Amino acid sequence: MRTTVLCLLLLFLTRLTVLSAQELPYFVTYSHHLEEPGSLEIETKTASGQPQQGNVFFGTSFELEYGTRAWWTSELYLDTQGTLHDSAVFTGFRIENRFRPLLREHLFNPVLYVEFEDINGANKSLLEVVGHDGHPDLEEPNGSTGQEKKREVELKLILSSNLRGWNFSENLTAEKNLRHAPWEFGYALAASRPLRLKAGVRDCRFCAENIQLGGELYGGLGDIESLGLHDTSHYVAPAANLSLTPSTTLRFSPSFGLNANSVPHIFRFGISYELGQLSRLFRNPERSSR
Amino acid sequence: MKFVLPALAVCALVTASAVTVSASSDGGWLRSVPNSARLRANPLSGDSEAPQAGARLYRRSCSSCHAADASGRGSKPSLRSLRVHNATDGELEWLLRNGNLAQGMPSWSRLPEAQRWQIVTYLHTLPTE
Repeated sequence: MRTTVLCLLLLFLTRLTVLSAQELPYFVTYSHHLEEPGSLEIETKTASGQPQQGNVFFGTSFELEYGTRAWWTSELYLDTQGTLHDSAVFTGFRIENRFRPLLREHLFNPVLYVEFEDINGANKSLLEVVGHDGHPDLEEPNGSTGQEKKREVELKLILSSNLRGWNFSENLTAEKNLRHAPWEFGYALAASRPLRLKAGVRDCRFCAENIQLGGELYGGLGDIESLGLHDTSHYVAPAANLSLTPSTTLRFSPSFGLNANSVPHIFRFGISYELGQLSRLFRNPERSSR
Repeated sequence: MKFVLPALAVCALVTASAVTVSASSDGGWLRSVPNSARLRANPLSGDSEAPQAGARLYRRSCSSCHAADASGRGSKPSLRSLRVHNATDGELEWLLRNGNLAQGMPSWSRLPEAQRWQIVTYLHTLPTE
């Protein structure tokens, strides 16, 4: 039985090809770059920090991102969280879809984002900051926050531009708990650029063309009953990534809280691996091979 | 009930991957290229390293669909065709930048413009079938 499973896994992997990652270094902000159709990206993102009156936490998201169409990307997140001197818990899942309504490149390229989250209050992935999110949310023990169910829908308007090697992305987020609570809002802005725009002749690992540097600015904008910056948290985050191989990208970003309601420091790191043309597995091999 | 939604999510992903079909390219995109883009000169056309760098970028970004030798794979077209050979540098760069999203060709605007010109330079070194 085990041999059969191994053989199937080997067959699965040999039919796939790796694909150039060309990722942007952002953790919170989305750009208009979607997953290539038929390709699957496997990624983990971890956020670690220590709120003023809480313990060090590690919130990790395991992501499967699939290019359903060239204009449509689907993603599944599985979230976990561990807090020192407390516990490690599974904190829920998210399903998101991103659509490009305009099929050509423009100065500003819009993407529509729809996400359903079934998470609990212990979730510390910090994939977005909305409403009045702040450090007090991260200080409660898992035993009590884990009981709080959060079934939420999240909508984003993503705008993104590529200009002279730079990417500029702007996100506006609206999130609502489906059971109760008002709509909450947030924003994220980001810019990044590869260190070198022209590719070299030889394969290289730690060369400038494989490194992207940038930064993010993100935070909450209150809720529909108290829109604005009062009692919200904001962060600025330099970000970098390194394409270690054509399919593997490492990312790192320290975030710095900008006001008293923010966690002082959040360290984010992630690794992604991209598998090209997963959809080929579902086709007739005789038709696909040439 | 607890596992119904995660199971549904996994099913949705698998189903989506199963039904993904890339339409074949008929070259209709050429009619969409604006004249200003069609006539753009390749700034790297005299760069002796551009074809080699372009070949490297092709292996990384394009070969998984169009095959390592650019002869095409399944419904993904060959890039050794007369249509590609006869296309101007500007037309090919426009296609790489915009993609042909409705037909399954992604946009490669994420690549810096210089790298798109390097790929175009490489494509024009390919022999035709």
